[in-house]
Amino acid sequence: MSLLLKLLAQRIALGLLLLFLVSILIFAGTIILPGDVAQQILGQSATPEALANLRRDLGLNDPPLQRYFSWLGGLLQGDLGTSLTSGKDIAESIGKRLGNTLFLAFWAAIISVPLAILLGLIAVRYRERWPDKLISAVTLASISVPEFLIAYVAIFFVSVRLRWAPSVTTINDGMSLGEKLHTISLPISVLTLVVLAHMMRMTRAAILNVMQSAYIETAELKGLRMFTIIWKHAFPNSIAPVVNVVMLNLAYLVVGVVVIEVVFTYPGMGQFLVDHVSKRDIPVVQACGLIFAAVYIGLNMVADIVSIVANPRLRHPK
Amino acid sequence: MRIPIAALIGLIFTFAYFFVAIFAPWIAPYSMAEVVSRDVWLPPSSEFLLGTDNLGRDLLSRMIYGGRTTIFIATAATILSFTTGSILGFLAAVLGGWADQAMSRFVDLIMSIPSLIFALVVLSVMPVTVPVLIVVMGLLDSTRVYRLARAVAVDINVMDYVEAAKLRGEGRGWIIFREILPNALSPLIAEMGLRFIFMVLFVSTLSFLGLGVQPPQADWGGIVKENADGIVYGIGAALYPAVAIATLAISVNLVADWILNRTTSLKGGRG
Repeated sequence: MSLLLKLLAQRIALGLLLLFLVSILIFAGTIILPGDVAQQILGQSATPEALANLRRDLGLNDPPLQRYFSWLGGLLQGDLGTSLTSGKDIAESIGKRLGNTLFLAFWAAIISVPLAILLGLIAVRYRERWPDKLISAVTLASISVPEFLIAYVAIFFVSVRLRWAPSVTTINDGMSLGEKLHTISLPISVLTLVVLAHMMRMTRAAILNVMQSAYIETAELKGLRMFTIIWKHAFPNSIAPVVNVVMLNLAYLVVGVVVIEVVFTYPGMGQFLVDHVSKRDIPVVQACGLIFAAVYIGLNMVADIVSIVANPRLRHPK
Repeated sequence: MRIPIAALIGLIFTFAYFFVAIFAPWIAPYSMAEVVSRDVWLPPSSEFLLGTDNLGRDLLSRMIYGGRTTIFIATAATILSFTTGSILGFLAAVLGGWADQAMSRFVDLIMSIPSLIFALVVLSVMPVTVPVLIVVMGLLDSTRVYRLARAVAVDINVMDYVEAAKLRGEGRGWIIFREILPNALSPLIAEMGLRFIFMVLFVSTLSFLGLGVQPPQADWGGIVKENADGIVYGIGAALYPAVAIATLAISVNLVADWILNRTTSLKGGRG
């Protein structure tokens, strides 16, 4: 038990360290670059007064280290600073959008995870036969296709031609859950398609890996049915790798969401980030970037923790 | 040598795309930014083979020039990523010790942030020009090449012929370029196809978000963005470049798969 706890503590500490270093990297990414940031934001025609004002607002006159620590101090107290373009409190603007993004990602995950595992199992069951080959072909295609293509093809056929679902997905608090789900049904489907292929292929690989073990051969020699072998023997042993796969893909989902939100003009974090990158609103970009990175690091950490916990060898130390 | 049919199709398409990209000015019927019609989003006709775009420019010409931009940026970024990534990866493997540790941990750190997010953060303070895009994409992606190159080079570095070279008193430059590089080339080249695809998707995504190639210069992601408004009226102009991106990516993928299979079967699985 103590070994398990030690490993877990180590992994969590590593995650926190990583988060701290990433915050430095994101901060550094926006200051150490060549050129004058204020000039970049305002353009060549800016007056010297405007430049001086912006430099003061951005705190560009202070040494970088001091700026970093005051930014970090604010972050730790939940203060993300104020937006340069709107003058609003960033934490307030982001809060609601983060909720919307998680809402979208949550429903995409609810649909894609069981579907990917089921299809992965089918691919293993009919290995090297047509269902498996079909699944591999679809996977190859969907890895090569940009997310926005899937999204626009979906809009073109499902929402314009068939009129089954709206293409502009604005949701608000006044809507019931059913209405919200109908509104975002298209982005959910597209996100599902985007992560499904990866998840399916990795699930297939994880289960196949288990299927090559000696105890599976024993079960086969006993004359058990194929599905019983997969369900009773292979599946329990592949839970850890499969959960790992799922978590890694959810981390991927968090990034895919950026493009999808822009396509469907969904009021989430991704659209907010892209919007403020083009406005060169650095405090907002830093805050959004850090939140995306934190979610990504968090999911990767959960993936590792699950594989540590699910490993029976670590639960029973000698 | 027999080429499997899938790889052959991939090769033909890949060559066709590169050919069109290189000779774009001679192939395109109109120039890149010329407004040729007062009607926007005309359907395909004998005059305008793919119709016109959102400003009345010839869509086929935009597509051809757009492919040139996209393929050029993706190729340049791939080359940058491979040069930086493999040299640093080989160095890390040969030097070992703290230099290897420092570089590898730094790469881990960069890779713990999704590249799209990091690129967006950096592009918020940089002028968005083609050279900047190439450098940002190439350097971000070199982390993946670094990992592969280092892993391959660590294996090669313990081979007898490398030991022999070291005992002969050869310098690090010799070890890297004359011993490791020739033996690490085939896995790296197979990976190159995949990285190229990733670059095409990456630059298209950035342009689609309005943070890549800037108008009036055409590139595939940007053409999707420009014509996206037509989709809701049932006008499919935005789908052409998206399909072009997809077919290019699938073709290169098929070729890369084939090269990967060939190199691993030739080398008895060690690759």
